Amino acid sequence: MDEALLRSLTPSVLTVLVRRGADFAAAEDAVQDALVQAISVWTADPPRDPKGWLVTVAWRKFLDARRADDARRRREDRLDEEPAPGPAPAVDDTLQLYFLCAHPSLTPSSAVALTLRAVGGLTTRQIAQAYLVPEATMAQRISRAKRTVSGVQFGRAGDVATVLRVLYLVFNEGYSGDVDLAAEAIRLTRQLAAQIDHPEVAGLLALMLLHHARRAARTAPDGSLVPLAEQDRGRWDTASIAEGVEILQAALARDRLGEFQAQAAIAALHADAPTAEETDWVQIVEWYDELVRLTDSPVVRLNRAVAVGEADGPRAGLAALAALNDELPRHTAVAAYLHERDGDLATAARLYAEAAHKASNLAERDHLTRQAARLNARRRR
Amino acid sequence: MAKYLLLKHYRGAPAAVNDVPMDQWTPEEISAHVQYMNDFAARLEKTGEFVSGQALAPEGVWVRYDGEGRPPVTDGPFAETKDVIAGWMIIDVDSYERAVALAGELSAAPGAGGKPIHEWLELRPFLAESPTTTECPHR
Repeated sequence: MDEALLRSLTPSVLTVLVRRGADFAAAEDAVQDALVQAISVWTADPPRDPKGWLVTVAWRKFLDARRADDARRRREDRLDEEPAPGPAPAVDDTLQLYFLCAHPSLTPSSAVALTLRAVGGLTTRQIAQAYLVPEATMAQRISRAKRTVSGVQFGRAGDVATVLRVLYLVFNEGYSGDVDLAAEAIRLTRQLAAQIDHPEVAGLLALMLLHHARRAARTAPDGSLVPLAEQDRGRWDTASIAEGVEILQAALARDRLGEFQAQAAIAALHADAPTAEETDWVQIVEWYDELVRLTDSPVVRLNRAVAVGEADGPRAGLAALAALNDELPRHTAVAAYLHERDGDLATAARLYAEAAHKASNLAERDHLTRQAARLNARRRR
Repeated sequence: MAKYLLLKHYRGAPAAVNDVPMDQWTPEEISAHVQYMNDFAARLEKTGEFVSGQALAPEGVWVRYDGEGRPPVTDGPFAETKDVIAGWMIIDVDSYERAVALAGELSAAPGAGGKPIHEWLELRPFLAESPTTTECPHR
C-alpha cells in the first residue's frame, strides 16, 4: 500500500467531488472514509487506476451518507438521478482547496488542521498525535473549521499569503508523532508550487528545503540543540540545499522580492559557507535590511542584531540590540551571546541563565542553561 | 497554538471574591457548580481546545529515593504545606489572550448564593516540544 500516493491524490479527489456538487464538509468526510477503506483494501488488491478508484468509492460514500441523511429527514433523494461518476479529469485544480482551508475566517490552528486533513490526506488521529491533543478534540476542531468555511464559495481565488502562512506554521510548529510535519509542509508547498506560479511560494519552498537540509545536524544524539556554528556541515543534506538554492535563484530572478525569498536567501548564504568562519555575514546583514524593509518585524530586527554582531563585531551587535525592546522573545539570549563574544563572561553567564528562565521551549531552555553552566565553569577555573 | 495549564488550588491562591467554603453551600449550589465545570469542559471539547482535566484529592504524601536496595521513603502529609493543588485543566489555544479569557470564564463558576466565585486560577504556559526553526535562522 503506497500511503504517499494515496495522500497525494487526496486533494484532487476531494476537488472532483466538490465540482460535482457535493458540499465541501460532506465531500471531505466521504474522502476520509474512502482513504480508510483504501488503506485496508489496497494492500491485497491494488487498483490499476488509484485516483479513479478513490473518486468512485468516495462518491459512493458521499451518496450513502446523503441518503442516510435524507432518509432521516424524510426527504426525497434527488441525488439518485445524478450521473454516475465518469473517469476523473486528468487536470485538477486543488489550488482552490488550499485557499479554502486557509480561509481568513479560520483561526491559525483550525486552518492548519483542516489543511492537513483535506489537502494533506492525514487522518484526524495522525493530526491529533502530531499536535498532542486528544483525537476527539481534533475531530471537533476540524468539523468546526468546516462549518466556518461552509458558506465560502468554492472556486473563488484567495490570497496566496494566507496559504503560505498556514504552511509556514505547519513547518515551524511540528511536534513529534509518526507524521513528520516538516516533511509534510514541504510536500504540500511543493504541490502548491506546481499549481501556482508565484515567487513567494517558491521562496517558502526554498526556505523550507534549506532549513530542512540542516535538520540532522541541528540536534545531538542526546536531543540537545547544536548551534549553527558548531554543526557538522558534512551532515547537511546537499541535495536538499542544491534544490533550495536553484528554486530560490529562479524566484529571485523574477525581481518580485518578498519576505520568504529574503529569508531563504539568508538560509542559502549559511548553506553556502564551507565553514562557519567563511559565512558571508556582510551579505546576510544586507538581506536583513531588505527583510526589515519588507516586514518591519521586531523578530527580524533581533536576528539582524546577531548578524551585525558577526559582520561588524559584538559591540556593533550590542548597539543594534540596544535599540530594541528587551521584552522581545530571545532578546536576552542574543544579548548573552553578544556579551560572550565581547569577552564579558560574567554578564554573558548571568544573561544566559536569565534567558533560559524565559525560554518558551524545552530544547532551547536546556541549551541556554548549558551555555550558562559552561561559562560559569570556565570562570571558576 | 500553545498549551496552557489552568491550576485550581485548595489552598495557596489569593482569596476569592465569593470566598465561602464549599461545605457551607446548599446542595443545589454545589450541583450548579459541578454542572458549570462539566459544561465548560464540554464546550471546550466542541471548540477543539480541550486537552485534559482532572481533579486531585487534597491529601498526598512526599516520596523520595533512599539509596540502592532500600524502599523509597514516604513522609507527610504536612498540614502546613502552603500550596495545595485541587485540579487542572489543559487547553490548546491560539493565543495567550484566549487562554486568559477561558481562565476568566472558569473562574466565574457559581458558588455560594449562586454567585460567581471569582476564584484565582493559575495560568501556566507549557514549554513547547520543539523550537520553531526558521524564526531562529542562525541555528
